[in-house]
Amino acid sequence: MEMVRAEGLIHDYITRDEEGNVSGTVRAVDGVDLHVQLGQFIAVLGHNGSGKSTLAKHINALLYPTGGTVWLDGMDTQDESRLWNIRQEAGMIFQNPDNQIIGQVVEEDVGFGPENMGVPTKEIWQRVEEALKAVGMWEFRKKSPNRLSGGQKQRVSIAGVIAMHPKCIVMDEPTAMLDPGGRREVIRAARALNEVEKITIILITHHMEEAIYADHIYVMDQGKIALQGTPREVFSHVEQMQELHLDVPKVTLLAHELGKRGLKLPAGILTKEELAAALGLSAAREEHTSASGALNAGQEQ
Amino acid sequence: MFNEITLGQYYQTDSVIHRLDPRVKLIATLAYIISLFIVNGWAGYVLAALYLVIVISLSRVPFHYIVRGMKAVMFILLITILFNLFLTPGTPVWTLGPLTLTREGIVFAVKMAVRLTFLIFGSSLMTLTTTPNELTDAMESVMGPLKVLHVPVHEISMMMSIALRFIPILMEETDKIMKAQIARGADFESRNLMKKIHSLVPLLVPLFISAFRRANDLAMAMEARCYRGGEGRTKMKPLAYRGADAAAYVFLALYFASCIVLRILGM
Repeated sequence: MEMVRAEGLIHDYITRDEEGNVSGTVRAVDGVDLHVQLGQFIAVLGHNGSGKSTLAKHINALLYPTGGTVWLDGMDTQDESRLWNIRQEAGMIFQNPDNQIIGQVVEEDVGFGPENMGVPTKEIWQRVEEALKAVGMWEFRKKSPNRLSGGQKQRVSIAGVIAMHPKCIVMDEPTAMLDPGGRREVIRAARALNEVEKITIILITHHMEEAIYADHIYVMDQGKIALQGTPREVFSHVEQMQELHLDVPKVTLLAHELGKRGLKLPAGILTKEELAAALGLSAAREEHTSASGALNAGQEQ
Repeated sequence: MFNEITLGQYYQTDSVIHRLDPRVKLIATLAYIISLFIVNGWAGYVLAALYLVIVISLSRVPFHYIVRGMKAVMFILLITILFNLFLTPGTPVWTLGPLTLTREGIVFAVKMAVRLTFLIFGSSLMTLTTTPNELTDAMESVMGPLKVLHVPVHEISMMMSIALRFIPILMEETDKIMKAQIARGADFESRNLMKKIHSLVPLLVPLFISAFRRANDLAMAMEARCYRGGEGRTKMKPLAYRGADAAAYVFLALYFASCIVLRILGM
C-alpha cells in the first residue's frame, strides 16, 4: 500500500520587500516524484538549501504545493476537509527539540496531540503510557522537559507523535542539534518504531551513517531528486555524491579509494564488516566486530 | 544556572490547601480580595485576619515564605501610606510646611495598609499552594462563561502556559548571549545607568530575534500535532471537584456572608 506519493511537486517561496510587494520567487522544490510504501524506512539526503525540509512539510500539509500533488495514504494534502486526518496520520519531528515541546511536564507534552484530537481522558493516559514506553522515557514522565538532554527531549517529541497513532513519521533533521550519543538514541528509537510498530519513517538528514539502514534513499539537490535507490546503489556513486557536496560513509569512501588503486572490491560497501569480508579478512573481522561491539556497549552506558 | 529557578513561588508540601481544586483557590482568592474592600470596621479586619490565620495554618506554608512576598511591594505600600496620610482632608493633627497630617488620614492610611498587606498575603498564599500549571487550568475553567462574550479564554490560558514553559529557555538563552557578548568585550557590569541601558541593546536584539524564531517553530510544531484551538479538545487532566472542595466553598460562603453582615452593621 502506498503511504506517500508525490507527483511533479513544485514549491515556490515568495519573497517580499518591505511594502509587501512580491520581489521574487525561489523554487525550493522542483518537480519531485516520491513513492513511499507503508512500513518503509526512507532517508532523504541533501545539503543545506536543497529543498529537503520543504519537501517534508508537504507530507503533512504544513505547506501546500505550488504545482503538482501530494497524496498521503490516498488523501490529497490540498483537500482541506481531510487536513486533520492527514496531520494525525503523518506525524512530524523537527530539528530543535526545545521548540516543539509544549507541555511543562513530559507526560503532559505527550498528551498534547491526543488532547487536540479529542481523545477521551482515559484513553489519553493509555496512549501516553504506551508512547513513553516505546521510546524508553517512561521513568521520566513527571520531569520537566527543561531538565532532559537533547536526545531525551527528541525522544519525548517522538513519543508525542506516537501517541497520536500515526502511520507515518516524518523526521526533519531530528539529530542535527544533538551530540553523537543523542544521535544514536534517536536513530535507535526511529528504527525500533519502524521494525516493531511498522510505522513508516521518512528521515531527513545529512548524516550519511544514519541513512545506511534505509530501504530507499532520495538524494536532493537544488529542489530536484538527483539520485535515488537503495543505500548500496546510492553510495556506490561516490564521485556523484561528492559533486553534490555530500559525503558517503567513511568505509564506503575507503573501499572506493582502494578500488581506484586497483583492488577489486564490490561497489557500495556500507559497513566495516562488509569491507573486511570483501578483503578476505575473515579472522580479523571477528576480532574487529567483537572489539567494536565492546566499544559500542561501553559508549552506550 | 537559571535552570534551577522554580517559577512562581510554589511551596511544595502536602496540605489540605494544596490538594484543593485550583478553581476553589482562585475563586476564594478573588472573593477574599473583594471582601477586604467590603469590610470597613475593625471587627471586619479581625475577621479577615482570622480567615487568613486559619488558611495559613492549614496550608503548612512557613510564615516567612508568605512575608517574603511583601518585599516586592513594600515600596508601593509605603507610597500609598504616605499619600493617604498627608492628602486626606480632615481635622489637622500636625503640619509640616505644605503637608498636613489629619486624623482621618491616619485612620485611612492604617486601614489601607492592613488591606494591602492582607491582600498580598492572601494572593501569595494562592501562588504558594498552586502550581502555575494548575492555575492556568483553573483560569481557563473559571473564565469559561466569558466565551459567550467572545473572550478567547482558551487561547489566553494556552499563551500563559506556553510563556511559563519558555521563560526558563529564554533565560538560559539570555545567559548564553550575555556570555558571548562578554567574550567580545561587552560591559554589563558598568554602574553608569546610561551605559547599562546601552549595553542591553546587543543583548535584547538577538534575544528577540531568537524568541520570534522559536515562536514560529513552536506554532508549526503545534499545528503538526493537530492543534486547532479549544474547540473539540479533551483534557488529559480534567479538573474535578471533591468533597473537600465543597467544604471549602461552604467555609468561603460563610466568611463572605459575615463580611457583608459586618458591613451592614457598620462594624
